[in-house]
Amino acid sequence: MIEIIAHIFIVVGLMFDLFGCIGLVRLPDVYNRLQASTKCVTLGTCSILFGLFLFRGFTATGIKALLCIVFIILTAPVSAHAIARGAHISGVKLWDKSVCDRYEEDKKEL
Amino acid sequence: MNRRLRWLLGLLIIIALFAVIIFYPPASLLEWQSISLMRFFFILMFCCLFCLYRILRGPTPADRIVAIDILGILVVGFCAVLGIPTGRPWYIDIGIAWALQSFIGTIALAKYLEGKGFEE
Repeated sequence: MIEIIAHIFIVVGLMFDLFGCIGLVRLPDVYNRLQASTKCVTLGTCSILFGLFLFRGFTATGIKALLCIVFIILTAPVSAHAIARGAHISGVKLWDKSVCDRYEEDKKEL
Repeated sequence: MNRRLRWLLGLLIIIALFAVIIFYPPASLLEWQSISLMRFFFILMFCCLFCLYRILRGPTPADRIVAIDILGILVVGFCAVLGIPTGRPWYIDIGIAWALQSFIGTIALAKYLEGKGFEE
């Protein structure tokens, strides 16, 4: 029974991975691509690791998988934020149908 | 309307592709354990293919850095999938080390993108 639940987690995680990577190819802008792919792929990989934890239980592999989940959840948004900030400072244009750009307004105020 | 129809059609095609890869030669629950690794690898290979396309064709350096970041997280998924049927505990060690290395590399590339140097 627990193995079926673990397989369901892994398949859902793979689906999130696939959708994130399709968003990476398909969306029009650096910021849109960053948003779609980083969220989807982080959640998908965490789901795969949680499936591995359900398979192995509290053995060495399972606890390392939990540790890896915590590490990925902590580091992936930080790196995404750094990339977005770097792209905006280096002057990458937004998509021409974008609605608002708060960071540009903030930079003008300062 | 036409645009929404195209969107729905693409979604159906992608879900059908996924379901065919995961479920097509139907296996019983006992065989599934030994077969599933190959199918999971196939899906992750597709994801890496999309990332490599974006690394090749990215119009700006920021696109390439995003794709490299995503590729690093996908490799952790590869290590996790490898740990399931083999039962060796050291595949997930490789995953943790790869996640750390990928994080540091991405931060360094983002700092390079800002064009300020590394002294901050």
